[in-house]
Amino acid sequence: MKRRIKPAEFAMQTLFLVCGLTAIAFVLLITVYLILAGLPAIREIGLTDFLLGRTWASTHATDPRFGILPMILTSVYGAAGAIVLGVPVGFFTALFLAKAAPPRLAGLIRPAVNLLAGIPSVVYGLVGMCVLVPALRAWLDLPAGDTLLAAMIVLAVMILPSVISVSDAALAAVPREYEEASLALGATPVETYLRVTAPAARGGVAAAVALGVGRAIGEAMAILMVAGNVANMPSLLSSVRFLTTGIAIEMNYAAPGSLQRQALFSIGLVLFFFIMVINILLNLALKRGREG
Amino acid sequence: MKKRFFPLLAILLIPPLLAACGARAMPPGLVGTVNTDGSTSMADVMAVLQETFREREPGVTVNYSGTGSGAGVEAALAGRADIGLSSRPLKESELAKGAAARTVALDGVAVIVHPSNPVSGLSLAQLREIFTGQVDNWSALGGPDAPIAVYGREAGSGTRGAFEELLDVTDQCAYTNEYGSSGDVVGNVSGNPNAIGYTSLASAGETVSAVAVEGTACTEETVRSGAYPIQRPFLLVTREGAALSPAAQAFLDYACGGEAGPYIARAGAVAP
Repeated sequence: MKRRIKPAEFAMQTLFLVCGLTAIAFVLLITVYLILAGLPAIREIGLTDFLLGRTWASTHATDPRFGILPMILTSVYGAAGAIVLGVPVGFFTALFLAKAAPPRLAGLIRPAVNLLAGIPSVVYGLVGMCVLVPALRAWLDLPAGDTLLAAMIVLAVMILPSVISVSDAALAAVPREYEEASLALGATPVETYLRVTAPAARGGVAAAVALGVGRAIGEAMAILMVAGNVANMPSLLSSVRFLTTGIAIEMNYAAPGSLQRQALFSIGLVLFFFIMVINILLNLALKRGREG
Repeated sequence: MKKRFFPLLAILLIPPLLAACGARAMPPGLVGTVNTDGSTSMADVMAVLQETFREREPGVTVNYSGTGSGAGVEAALAGRADIGLSSRPLKESELAKGAAARTVALDGVAVIVHPSNPVSGLSLAQLREIFTGQVDNWSALGGPDAPIAVYGREAGSGTRGAFEELLDVTDQCAYTNEYGSSGDVVGNVSGNPNAIGYTSLASAGETVSAVAVEGTACTEETVRSGAYPIQRPFLLVTREGAALSPAAQAFLDYACGGEAGPYIARAGAVAP
């Protein structure tokens, strides 16, 4: 039997539908725009020269070059460094929160972690610029402290909250029986957490890593302030330029219609591609985390 | 609900209507369009001039397109633009074709170091060596034994273009760091005792010290007198003998008259 839908009900459902479609429309709009805006420069420069070129000299008077390999590698290394520094700290914090911490202490740490997530990225950049960069310069006796290392450290701190909260949830979801079985067999609590709980939560931890990589690849403002922004091939103690900061720093004065500006959109397209891949991996990890 | 909406609508709509009436009641001013074309470095100065001129002559629209000094002079000579914009002195060949220039502003680029840096003066040759990376320690310049951190602006910046061009090191600079604004350069130089950077005179400020170049300090007076070497003129270029439209003439007179001076200073340049 067909039920009659009330007008108010119908109106609200239409509203929900429109809201849902808006999000999809924006994703499509951005995708299409990035592809349309990013392809002309890639076509003009050549895909291999663009992706594998080692020199970025976008306004060179006689011989402009548009190779973004330094920026791609910097973004990859930067994200990897953030993961290497940030994930162990984040994971052990989560393990502590989920299993070992007295409830009152956990009740203090959790809001602090959430607060860390709410700090605007420009503030991370500012603290990095005013504290970390001069400290690195003094300790390592560098001309300037703006380096890949500084960016990695800032990114590592920035990904901590998401790594902690996702790992925390995954660890908390491990059935209590697994741990009880392990303890009953004579394993110590630490052995149990590391050998039983952590492997059982590995899907969620993988998701935390993917989320961290996504945040690290996409961050611009904080690292713009600490990375030095010269498009060198990346090395730990030199000034580097990320894909994101490459767009941010040159967009201001890139003449409309110039190849420089078009190439900046092409960098955006490459960045978009990176984020898409990471999101797909993240979804796979989450799915496996739920199934396993 | 609906009835309450109408007064609100009326309140929103009335001011624009009144404003439109007011504009019609004003004495007729100049009407027209002034097309300017040329130097991208002059974008900031032109933006300020466009804005303040609109207040004086609401009927005149001043367009600016940044194509480069050469293209701007060319456009003025060919009549494609009312006024060409050049951020370098005119060439002999351009003068021979009948280009005439009026100076609207002077662009001085200050070379700045950390206040604790004992180096207070550098020659152009020394600056060339520092910025191309041939000299990388302050001890070679009479300073402490410390590495030099060379700070500059991002590709496409007018200040970077001017500095590299005037020092004759275009596209040869080996920067340690690049920053996206004058404020960033000044802030980072003031935070690093090893640093040297450049910025427009107006944004140098108190937190850094500007070194003398070839023995001349960078001040408004030395830029205006032409004694300070790292500077260039901002020129408004027209074709000799060609009659300008009244609107273009008014804009030219406004921009080069003393009245625009304070606004030009706000855009980071020195009024002549």
